[in-house]
Amino acid sequence: MKTRRLLGAGFALLSAALLMGADGAWLDRISPRDHARVNPLIRDAQVKHDAVGAGAQVYRAECAKCHGEDGRGLHGRPAVISRRVSLASDGDLFWLMNNGVPWKGMPPWMMLPEKERWQLVTYLRSLNETPLAAADGNASPSQLKGASR
Amino acid sequence: MRAPTAPLLYLVLPLCLIFPTIRAGGQEPPYLVTYSDVLEEPGNLEVATQNLYSAPKDANPFYAQTVEFEYGATAWWTTEVYLQGQVTDRDSSIFTGFRFENRFRPLRRTYWVNPVVYVEYEDVSSADKSFLEITGNHVIQDQQVANALLRKDVERSMEGKLILSSYVKGFNFSENMISEKNVASNEPWEFGYSVGVSRPLANGANPHHCIFCRQYFSAGGELFGGLGTRYTFGLSGTSQYAGPTVSFSAPRNITVLVGPEFGLNANSAKVLWRLKAAYEFNQFRDLFRRSR
Repeated sequence: MKTRRLLGAGFALLSAALLMGADGAWLDRISPRDHARVNPLIRDAQVKHDAVGAGAQVYRAECAKCHGEDGRGLHGRPAVISRRVSLASDGDLFWLMNNGVPWKGMPPWMMLPEKERWQLVTYLRSLNETPLAAADGNASPSQLKGASR
Repeated sequence: MRAPTAPLLYLVLPLCLIFPTIRAGGQEPPYLVTYSDVLEEPGNLEVATQNLYSAPKDANPFYAQTVEFEYGATAWWTTEVYLQGQVTDRDSSIFTGFRFENRFRPLRRTYWVNPVVYVEYEDVSSADKSFLEITGNHVIQDQQVANALLRKDVERSMEGKLILSSYVKGFNFSENMISEKNVASNEPWEFGYSVGVSRPLANGANPHHCIFCRQYFSAGGELFGGLGTRYTFGLSGTSQYAGPTVSFSAPRNITVLVGPEFGLNANSAKVLWRLKAAYEFNQFRDLFRRSR
């Protein structure tokens, strides 16, 4: 009985640790150089259009299982349609895909080819264009950290 | 007497039947022996079957099967259980043991070289023919002994690996350094290695839905073998293998890896034919949650 209780408490603690949502602290770790990186797939309208389509395919295959098909997050995991994402620069999002936030549950995605990661950034950007089209893409990390999910 | 069908097949067949009904995904470097820094995604459960066939000179042909259950506990910790068995022609089919492994990513971000620490406990008899790694002075001539004798010798070992992985211009380079100690006897420390290089066949994704696009294929090569023991460290008296691998990660989370591994010296089998099929249950732990 005691063992079961201990196991239950351990599992609850582990779950709580895993479900601690993204608090934006990862933004503090991005260097100015990474923050300023420019998405190479947005220079041409057709290339950008294709990148959004390709990013959607990658998103559905790799990201939707946690962040939801609609981008609003599943089971307490962060939404990708959010003020924080819309304020983050393309460089910030690319950094997030390269490094993840392993301590908060987000794995790095370096195994995806670089172009695929940029396609994903383009898709995430397109998801966030409607509600916050006027957002400042050059916002500082401290501003982004304060942004709500 | 001819060997009966491997009992483990009966465990795997039902899983094969439900493969097409559930969505899945995941892209890992196409390695059969080498580990990369890619861990299982948190909450996902991957069920895989790794099949190996070989017909070594002067020994009976054999088929070995390993069933793997890999679970992503967190984004920095993956835990896995292996169940192993084998069928040897003109001998018998037997369960050879289990392994329990854990992999940890100690660093919080991606660097030029990304380390992963691997710790495993294995309870495997000497009849094991899975070739999941090679350590010590493993030679193919050991397989000439009958299963009835080999299965009596059970090795209970702790094994550690240092996994290093890098990404350069779309290529993944992974190196594993292996050390193993049989904790049930006073055998010396045994060592082994494995290295792999691989690359996806496409740089970017296709904007249109497709199943057999290049983006789902990866190709690579592996080299692995034993490094002797504490007292006999080196490449002599060990088996060494190298070979190409190809993987197909279908958009529905089915991954198939295939690759022949060619023996590089007289202590090795001529060829190890390997086929691995994996299915990933997305967010397995969500099955136990009610909320969205």
